[in-house]
Amino acid sequence: MILSTRDLKVAFGPVRAVDGVDLDLGAGEILALVGESGCGKTTLARTLLGLVKPTAGTVSFEGKPLDYRKLKQYRRQVQLVLQDPLGALNPRHTVYDAVAEGIRIHKVDRQAGRLGRTDGGPQGDEQELVADALSRAGLRPPERFFLRYPHELSGGQRQRVVIAGALVLQPRVLIADEPVSSLDASVRGEILGLLLKLREELGLTVLVVTHDLGLAWNIADRVAVMYLGRIVELGPTADVLQSPQHPYTQALLSVVPDVERTEQIVLKGEPPDPARIPSGCRFHPRCPVVMEACLTTTLPVLTPDAGHHTACLRVG
Amino acid sequence: MSLLEFRDVTVDYASNEGPIPAVRGVTLTLERGEVLGIAGESGCGKSTLAATVLRLLPANAKIGGEVMLDDVDVLTMNWGKLRTVRWAEAAIVFQGALHALNPVQSIGDQIAEPIRLHKTAKDVNARVAELLQQVGLPASRAKSYPHQLSGGQRQRVMIAMALACSPDLIVADEPTTALDVMVQAQVLDLLTGLVRDLDMGMVLISHDLGVLGTTCDRIAVMYAGQVVETGAALEIFDQPKHPYTKALAGAFPRVGDPTARYAPAGLPGDPPYPGDIPSGCAFHPRCAIAIEACATTTVELVGGVRCIRVGA
Repeated sequence: MILSTRDLKVAFGPVRAVDGVDLDLGAGEILALVGESGCGKTTLARTLLGLVKPTAGTVSFEGKPLDYRKLKQYRRQVQLVLQDPLGALNPRHTVYDAVAEGIRIHKVDRQAGRLGRTDGGPQGDEQELVADALSRAGLRPPERFFLRYPHELSGGQRQRVVIAGALVLQPRVLIADEPVSSLDASVRGEILGLLLKLREELGLTVLVVTHDLGLAWNIADRVAVMYLGRIVELGPTADVLQSPQHPYTQALLSVVPDVERTEQIVLKGEPPDPARIPSGCRFHPRCPVVMEACLTTTLPVLTPDAGHHTACLRVG
Repeated sequence: MSLLEFRDVTVDYASNEGPIPAVRGVTLTLERGEVLGIAGESGCGKSTLAATVLRLLPANAKIGGEVMLDDVDVLTMNWGKLRTVRWAEAAIVFQGALHALNPVQSIGDQIAEPIRLHKTAKDVNARVAELLQQVGLPASRAKSYPHQLSGGQRQRVMIAMALACSPDLIVADEPTTALDVMVQAQVLDLLTGLVRDLDMGMVLISHDLGVLGTTCDRIAVMYAGQVVETGAALEIFDQPKHPYTKALAGAFPRVGDPTARYAPAGLPGDPPYPGDIPSGCAFHPRCAIAIEACATTTVELVGGVRCIRVGA
């Protein structure tokens, strides 16, 4: 496992944003973490990046728990791709500066021999590294983009610059938070295709945080559905999306616009407050098939193996 | 008599490089009780077209053609008449509810503003309470401020504002773009329910063909300022004919469709800059089935499709 969590909890005061998550990311895997706003998916991603320190539990990289006093090396290995590329890029930095920033912070080119890969990846100077990252991200020829500013680029090109900025440090893992939600329909497929290509060419592991189930169907090997700080269903994409077991996953899938529409299960209200997580099954107040026992029975954290698992009393 | 009729509408923005055409001759109609979807990418002119209904465009925009609202041309109205039309006959639900609401005014006051201006109700507070209930919020929420509401609740407030003066027409510009799927389903249900119950008409703008296909009665797909395909919503979503519509439909895959697995469908290239629209069919540089004639022939909308390769 390249990245894993065990009994991970992150609380902000009374708000239990991540409330017991076991997750394993295998090398070269694409996992989609789906859920509504406020379910804790972004907090989980930030914790995996080492930007938030867990309240309890561990994050391990290649089997070793993170050392929160020495994260710089780790941050090279696990890079973030932000949503909204217009907001993520400094409008007064050229494309070159935006991509080179990581190299400068990590002083990669001067230490290329020591820090750089030995697997044939580029070892040269800053300019070569930037050019390589841009062309991997699909901006070719890269030199043509060096001196452009974000406002001169289209939305899709900007997102490619953001991805190039993450790639330039030759990370092992990309964590992409809603990588296509602010992009036009036609660009969306291009960027998702790029993520698949990077996995194939570089063996990158990708965690995609999204509320878009179509995206998960497009590129993910496995899907984890999160609700109120817990993963409530986990498994191979085809299993989870084609025969969803958890009533919450079933509801999410039923509202995806589709012509062969099955009966829509529109849940009432919004996800409850993570400061007051319901007793028993945390989904019970909104569950269409709730039983008496759901109010009181506490459900265990799901096993993070490759199988299909569901946190629901009615299943199994 | 149609509720809304665009007749050969054009919009040109004046610039230093000369006029820039954003909308290039759009003809569409909308009946009462009907939802018309307008699909397309950013820069295709869909929001500009919608803004002509209330003449909400900046001063450098020159509008041509006719926009008939209940058989009266909005473009020839004087300002006094136009002000009575705004809110009372046609209202807009803007995208980005967080930015469209005033952060230092309670939502009740914001909903009340058009009612007070247009004097459409005697008891303003009772009307605000009624509107909040119509959009599924408790009347007590009138005292809340925007930051105290979730994204979906804010969008409901925007809809309540649009309904405040009982308009005949609602223009909703990407009303669910920033929302979660579940909240999106709630908001779309609410909007279509209101159109049915209040016998209004609605123009729904979105780049998500799936949302439009399941919500609208008819769809018009726009590219580079023109309608490239129009017809019954489900048909366009399910059996698109124009290559651009096909690309849009493919961008949002159907969960369970084996051809979309590990094969996200994209469309290479970028939409053209409105100041530099390709000759012939504007879509030809990005089109997978373009032939030589596409670069030179001016293509008309025939049988709901603007493409010489379809039906040929």
